Amino acid sequence: MKDVAVIGTAQTPFKTHYADKNYVELCQDAAVAALAQARLSPDDIDAVVFSMAPTEFMGVNDADRWAVDSVFAAGKPFMRVHTGGATGGSALQAGYAHVASGMYQTVLVVGADRVSETPDAQHVLNLIWDRFYEHDFALNTITMAAMGAQRYMQRYQVTEEQFAKVVVDARRKAARNPYAHLRKLVTVEDVLNSPPVSSPYKLFEICPRSSGAAAMVLSSAEAVKGSGYTNPAWITGASSITHTVFLGDRMGYWASTELADHDGCFLAAQEAYRQARITDPVRQVQVAEVYDPFSSFLFQQLESLGFCGRGEAAAISDDGGFDLDCDIVAANPSGGTLCTNPIGVTGLVRAIDAANQIMGQAGDMQVRGVKNAIATAIGGSEQFFTCTVFSNDHH
Amino acid sequence: MTIASDEMTIPGEWHVRYNYSVGKVAGEFFDGLRDGKILATFCSKSGLAYLPPRAYCERSFQACDGWVEAGLEGTIEAGTIVSASFENLPPPPYAIAYVRLDGVSTAMLNFVRALDLSDLKSAAAQLQPGRRARVVFAEKRIGRVTDFHYELVR
Repeated sequence: MKDVAVIGTAQTPFKTHYADKNYVELCQDAAVAALAQARLSPDDIDAVVFSMAPTEFMGVNDADRWAVDSVFAAGKPFMRVHTGGATGGSALQAGYAHVASGMYQTVLVVGADRVSETPDAQHVLNLIWDRFYEHDFALNTITMAAMGAQRYMQRYQVTEEQFAKVVVDARRKAARNPYAHLRKLVTVEDVLNSPPVSSPYKLFEICPRSSGAAAMVLSSAEAVKGSGYTNPAWITGASSITHTVFLGDRMGYWASTELADHDGCFLAAQEAYRQARITDPVRQVQVAEVYDPFSSFLFQQLESLGFCGRGEAAAISDDGGFDLDCDIVAANPSGGTLCTNPIGVTGLVRAIDAANQIMGQAGDMQVRGVKNAIATAIGGSEQFFTCTVFSNDHH
Repeated sequence: MTIASDEMTIPGEWHVRYNYSVGKVAGEFFDGLRDGKILATFCSKSGLAYLPPRAYCERSFQACDGWVEAGLEGTIEAGTIVSASFENLPPPPYAIAYVRLDGVSTAMLNFVRALDLSDLKSAAAQLQPGRRARVVFAEKRIGRVTDFHYELVR
């Protein structure tokens, strides 16, 4: 395996609508900006990985075809990756495999989403469940996640106030992120008093539907050597785990994995840490950009990533243990997915925000002395989990 | 009022029709529903009984080799009260839950009816994991998963 470096990252500001450009023009904005940061031209790119989840949100079927020219893929190998909410994490890992295998030297991972182009987003998401047994019962990503949150609350006696504080913290962090979608400060009372949606979730505990684009340029150690890049982020660990679509297989006495605990994140992290030679996450990992489209997703993942024991994250959060200047880990300095969710690139945005921390280009979000940063993504029926480690040095 | 050309949108809608092939396994399950039975597939190698029924056992990687009749009572594993309206989904409020029926290894989703939803908080408190629920069949059954729902056991 060859060592792989991140040499360019870009994201557009995220918002509800982009009225002044279409989907492929958005993709191109991110591609151009990432190439500019990597000081490369489209001719330097050997292959393109396109990060795009369900295209029903933006309404052009399999929109990767439409985007080929805009992301400079014509005449090159091109593939679209789609694992639902984990798409950006999976696309990144496909790009990583392209370079690590020695097949390609320099790869562009790019995509965009426009989730607000349709008012029927949760209808589209209902359609991911099977037509015979589950589709009829109004299962969508919100009700799915709500049931996992309910189990988590009961297992570990976590309160709605503790979930509300996660939202308050996320908005405070997002206020320092010029790309974040929701940057308005809220209080615990605001969250608790926002309209109930699906118990235990209230409206403010649920991510927005965002539009925007993201891109990352990956290159081999040979290409980076002597090129003048001073502080690339090295990908030192990359792993993913997949579960059955059936949520009901992942709860109760006979289950081999537990929905409430995000076991898939734990399993993916174990392997990514092994690759990155991380044995003590609290000492070795300074930043975690975790995929948290709902208030309850932060604790389960921080626990799965080994920053604390099962059921301990809520109390640590209450004490500010996941703030930017804390001793445990700076969780989502970007404000995370709770404040910005362009589904097809959200996992890539997590990766970009983590890599930027290593590259020292996280702006007002920058945490000091970052040696290792981790990014996660989750997709489908809480069934695809990716975990990627970025480091300031390579093996 | 004219809209600036860079603020314009063009409306669109997809109309796509399907006929989903049910297959043998789901077909047997749906036939069971017509007879007032919930049938689960069983894998003798792993000892797991599956609802929804599966052709293959994920744990043993063997074909499920039998059917068992699930109990008509079970335990709630997870549930939620939906109080917001989503396009093309049922009008709120409604309750859904995963219930692990007695004798079955996995939990199956359905609506929970006959639950007082006038106070969302107290309804949610009743729908907690561990609570017992029972299967209630529709009087007229057509061989669809909607032929039954759950109600809490008082």
